[in-house]
Amino acid sequence: MTDPILATHNLQKSFGALKATDNVSIDLYPGEIHAIIGPNGAGKSTLIAQICGELKPNAGRIELLGQDVTHTNTLTRAKAGIGRTFQISALAMEDTVLQNVLLGAVGAVGSPWRFLFPVLADKLLYSKANDALKRVGLQGDAARRTSDLSHGQRRQLEVAVALTLEPKAFVMDEPMAGLGAEGSKTLTSFLDGLRDEAPILLVEHDMDAVFALADRISVLVYGQIIETGTVDQIRSSKAVREAYLGSDT
Amino acid sequence: MIRERYLNGLVLVLLLAVPLWALINDQPFTITLATRAAIFALAAVGLNIALGLGGLVSLGHAAFFGIGGYAMGILAYHAQTYTPVMELPFVIEGTKSMPIIWLVAMVTSGTAALLIGLLSLRTTGVYFIMITLAFGQMFYFFSISWIAYGGEDGLSIYIRNDFPGLNTLVPINFFAICFTLLCLVLFINGLVARSPFGLALNAARQAPQRVQTVGLDPQRLKLVAFVLSGVITGLAGALFADLNRFVSPTMFSWQTSGEIMIFVILGGTARLCGPVVGAVVFVMLEHALGGLSEYWHIYLGALLLLVVLFARGGLVGLISGRAVAHD
Repeated sequence: MTDPILATHNLQKSFGALKATDNVSIDLYPGEIHAIIGPNGAGKSTLIAQICGELKPNAGRIELLGQDVTHTNTLTRAKAGIGRTFQISALAMEDTVLQNVLLGAVGAVGSPWRFLFPVLADKLLYSKANDALKRVGLQGDAARRTSDLSHGQRRQLEVAVALTLEPKAFVMDEPMAGLGAEGSKTLTSFLDGLRDEAPILLVEHDMDAVFALADRISVLVYGQIIETGTVDQIRSSKAVREAYLGSDT
Repeated sequence: MIRERYLNGLVLVLLLAVPLWALINDQPFTITLATRAAIFALAAVGLNIALGLGGLVSLGHAAFFGIGGYAMGILAYHAQTYTPVMELPFVIEGTKSMPIIWLVAMVTSGTAALLIGLLSLRTTGVYFIMITLAFGQMFYFFSISWIAYGGEDGLSIYIRNDFPGLNTLVPINFFAICFTLLCLVLFINGLVARSPFGLALNAARQAPQRVQTVGLDPQRLKLVAFVLSGVITGLAGALFADLNRFVSPTMFSWQTSGEIMIFVILGGTARLCGPVVGAVVFVMLEHALGGLSEYWHIYLGALLLLVVLFARGGLVGLISGRAVAHD
């Protein structure tokens, strides 16, 4: 078996007495979509924040491409190949759509220290940005102000920015959140094709999307992974059903 | 609505036309007023890079304005008294040459901005405002206690400094120098705003988290913007001292920081010529109302209130509408 692109080993994070992440070990292999599901407050966002470097775990290890990145910051991990999208769109709302993807391109090329050269005249940056917009279907909206976009389009833009980075692994925090049925369907088919480019660690509430996309699913409850398996295994798991629907009491 | 780039052109043409008109009609004081406006505008263009692009609400920009002023004052003072600035470990002589004074003013204020920025940028929001204010006040009280350079009374310089090939004591010549520098800095500001750095800085203000996840350091971007901002405001300080041929601790006072910020907000934050409009309106009000009452700031306050309440993009925003991301 090939090595995982991204893995956590016995990750732990507590806030006072609350164990938000309790001994979590997950991995992400090339070409797969690994979904993490769980009820509200299960610790999904805390887990993502640790994987992306925004929170320091109390114990455990995070590896990216076999390298221990546990003690590095967000910046280093982004450079090392984590392409992240946010649950609540974190975009420069006053800027145009194109400027937002250009930012990704500037980050990917790693050259923000040019002061007198117009960013739009840089062919490499422009083509990277434009390609990403085309792929998510926003090329017609390049000149629009981001705050004027619909919620769904903002989600697409989030993905487009991550695309410009050509990451080794995508980490997506509820990309479907707030999308209508149609938008959710479009994004699902897009993400479906994306896995060949880089594997996706997908935190998602939209179960239709998760069941349609995921190669493997991990179920997180009270900070613990109670089950990891294929869609069918998770569907038929008693533990999962109990966690979601409650046991008979 | 007038498109912003036309408005910018119009503002600069007006700022140039008034002193030319004054020259023909032999009104040197009007030229001095226009020069004052141009220098204030330059100081505010500096702040606008930190405030407008970087979102850094600095209430300590008087520090850089004052450092620029004292750089001029100290160098010129030693030149006119024929004493060296320092002798150990090596001799530094005073100078009356503007370009050298500008360079010294920009390097010293840039260095101060780097040090202040390194500490201040660890904080955000109201703490950032307070810490920059505190630094400004430190410089203010230091200059008051610096007896060697006049302490509270400040330093008078008898003759305006030299610029190669120009008689700088002729008001229109000195205006030409200040106006040219203003245009040059505005041009550079325009380029920076459209550059990869400007793009990243702009995003660092709006969504720092996003900037990090694309592998860029928002703090470092802001620090560079703060230094750039300090350098420009420092240059303006040197020119201001040269205009008055006088420097005093007032240049370091928090009122000065406040006034520079008022120029920016009045004209339009993050708008290229916002600071110019703000500074011009300020100088006009100061001149027109200052004669009527010592308390003319009341009217300025009322105007500022109206602008903040009803014209969020400042006067430029009022005339040109909301900013076009890339014109």
